[in-house]
Amino acid sequence: MRSVRALTAVALSLFAASNVAALAAEPKKGGILKVYHRDSPASASIHEEATYSVNIPFMPIFNNLVMYKQDVAQNSMDSIVPDLAESWAWSDDKKKLSFKLRQGVKWHDGKPFTSADVKCTFDMLMGKSQQKFRKNPRKSWYDEVVDVTPSGDFEVAFNLKRSQPALLALLASGYTPVYPCHASPGDMRTKPIGTGPFKFVEFKANESIKITRNPDYWKKGLPHLDGIEYTIITNRSTAILGFISGQFDMTFPTEVSIPLLKEVKTQAPKAVCVVEPVNVSTNIIVNSSSPPFDNLDIRRAMAMALDRKAFVSILFEGQADIGGTMLPAPGGLWAMPKEMLEKIPGYGPDINANRDEARKLMAKAGYGPEKRLVVKVATRNIPIYRDPAIILIDQLKSIHIDGELEVVETANWFSKVARKDYALGLNLTGNAVDDPDQSFYENYSCGSERNYTNYCNKDIEKLFGEQSAETDVAKRKKLVWEIDKRLQEDVARPIIYHSRMGSCWQPHVKGVTIMVNSSYNGYRYEDLWMDK
Amino acid sequence: MFAYIVRRLVLMLVTLFGISVIIFVLLRIVPGNIVDILFDAAGFVDQADKANLEKELGLDQPIFVQYVKWIGGLLQGDLGYSYVSEKPALQEILPRIPITAKLAALALLFSASIGIPLGVISAVKQGTRLDYALRVVSLSGLSLPSFWLGLLILMASVSMFGTMPIFNPNPATWTEAFAIYAVPAMAVGFRSAALTMRITRSSMLEILRQDYIRTARAKGASEASVNYHHALKNAVLPVITVIGIEAAFLIGGLIVTETVFNIPGVARFLVEAIRWRDYPIVQNLVMLIALVVVVTNFTVDMLYAAIDPRIRYTD
Repeated sequence: MRSVRALTAVALSLFAASNVAALAAEPKKGGILKVYHRDSPASASIHEEATYSVNIPFMPIFNNLVMYKQDVAQNSMDSIVPDLAESWAWSDDKKKLSFKLRQGVKWHDGKPFTSADVKCTFDMLMGKSQQKFRKNPRKSWYDEVVDVTPSGDFEVAFNLKRSQPALLALLASGYTPVYPCHASPGDMRTKPIGTGPFKFVEFKANESIKITRNPDYWKKGLPHLDGIEYTIITNRSTAILGFISGQFDMTFPTEVSIPLLKEVKTQAPKAVCVVEPVNVSTNIIVNSSSPPFDNLDIRRAMAMALDRKAFVSILFEGQADIGGTMLPAPGGLWAMPKEMLEKIPGYGPDINANRDEARKLMAKAGYGPEKRLVVKVATRNIPIYRDPAIILIDQLKSIHIDGELEVVETANWFSKVARKDYALGLNLTGNAVDDPDQSFYENYSCGSERNYTNYCNKDIEKLFGEQSAETDVAKRKKLVWEIDKRLQEDVARPIIYHSRMGSCWQPHVKGVTIMVNSSYNGYRYEDLWMDK
Repeated sequence: MFAYIVRRLVLMLVTLFGISVIIFVLLRIVPGNIVDILFDAAGFVDQADKANLEKELGLDQPIFVQYVKWIGGLLQGDLGYSYVSEKPALQEILPRIPITAKLAALALLFSASIGIPLGVISAVKQGTRLDYALRVVSLSGLSLPSFWLGLLILMASVSMFGTMPIFNPNPATWTEAFAIYAVPAMAVGFRSAALTMRITRSSMLEILRQDYIRTARAKGASEASVNYHHALKNAVLPVITVIGIEAAFLIGGLIVTETVFNIPGVARFLVEAIRWRDYPIVQNLVMLIALVVVVTNFTVDMLYAAIDPRIRYTD
């Protein structure tokens, strides 16, 4: 009998404890989330910018047609959920993607959301409308879209030239919000209007960005927070001190470097910190249209001289990833297997053997200890560019290349690259969506605006199309691996590493998910709440 | 005297005109403009879009036409639009002026109220331990970069009080206001205070060796009266000159201090505007700073005459 009582008592106490836990997990309403922002964005218009300095503060103002589930860290087709669209369907030939839109949704100024807004947004993105964006950096995402046709107020279809399963992934990105027809691009740069969980309050350049709860949000009960305030602090030390002293609830996401993370953990031991891949690769851009890098042997030698582990160890204390164009696993979904990667020249584990091979190639091109190749290594005058460039110069010495660092002010970087006024450069490439369509077409397709090196290989271009149209994921993966391998063998844009960065928040902030294969898509913040 | 003042005022206008030409031309000589930077932020260059934007902002017009438009607008109180925020430049600049003005005034006040008395004490107690200690303090002030001092203050504040001053335009309490303005002002004013201290000390030492000081002492004047009434009054002229020059140089120190303490003042705003090549903001802000410097110099010159009756500007 005694044992029965004891068991009952234990069961009751467990039940009570589980109830307490459930209650503790119940989101609390209210509070202003305070976050520091790393810089003052150029504008508030997500469609016109190409940095998550804009996505992070302004994504909560908007909705997409579909979006990546905000509490799932890895973006994939399986994690795409309806947003302004209630549902979607592909036609049998996979050349038409139709959406049924949510009814009763209102813009922040009270006007109703309809299919016309979707058409306006994508017509503008495709450059088909009267109104134009000042800048349209992701126009190429919609190259396969013929048109967007509304059918009544609450249905819309994307008609494609060919099947492109990845279109859905592009539409789910934080870079693809739906804009209202009735607001001009200029208005969207300065006082954006959305349908999202938060309304725009003010954006004071170099000072702050404030957004407040949308009481009429169509998702009932959300958001939990009353608002979010971003204080713009460009000085990293000041910003981190502000977080350590508890004046900010969260650091700017994926902005804390590994050495600074140690500092945070020491001085604010209760802070929750994670280090995740950001899907930004550090790579070498080579001007293959003029000597000496028009010689494939020299380009290959250079790629083979890289000791990627040394970069990762020096700059990230081991916490970065080595791979090809696509983000490496486990964060990335499309990276080639390790055994395949290691067979690519320069990726093998024996650095000395790789460099022996590289020196032979250099000798074939006429360079050796007596006749060294002197080149300038251009890069932007920003530490995350400069630091790896210095290591690169050091490593190239081993194959008789004497590099001289040429730092270029940000204002002149892309103009210089576009003019082909460089021999060798060190660049960073961010990918908004972990999908080959975004990466391949944007960075390697013939004629693409962001294909800085003008790399153009018609055979590979054909493979881009094949993988893009392939609906069988397993088959598509194999094609992607093959393309990635060939891009590395062609020394199209040798990838050095994929960086990882830290994010921290105070323990009272709940519901934060840092995405592991994109740093552009996880900032809707409607589920975030504060336990205080 | 009147003719002198008129001449100085005319000279001020010529100086301002020269500065306007220099800043306008220099800004356009520097490689890259706002359009380059905006496209850089978007990660690509589309030549057609770029040309459209340059046209929209009037950057495709000849430099002379751009200059005349700017000066014409300025004379009518139209400062143009910020290229970045797309708001009127005046609307962007005006709210920031009081913030920097408060900081600068507090820094100067700190500099004078600490530098002058300590300089006098150091001179009067020449060769004593106190003098040596004060000289070490003044040398430290001259050697420590204000950004480093600012960071140290922030770190000390976090580790000692668990908090740090983050700018708030409407501080709730007196202590918050003190932390927001006075602490950065001290960080930036420390260097000026050190300089003021050294100048006051050397000037005082020179004056204290004058015959009339000996006479005052012989006539039985108290030490305080000798030091502060007879000596300091005459020693203060070079100090005023230095404070005047420091007021002009302060803007340089404030750039760093406003960045470290994250204060949205004019100085930090200017640096950001230069980074973006936001011409309307940079041009108008530099003109404002030039105006402040020129007016300060003019005021200092006028103060000479007021303080020392022996100085009279001849026509």
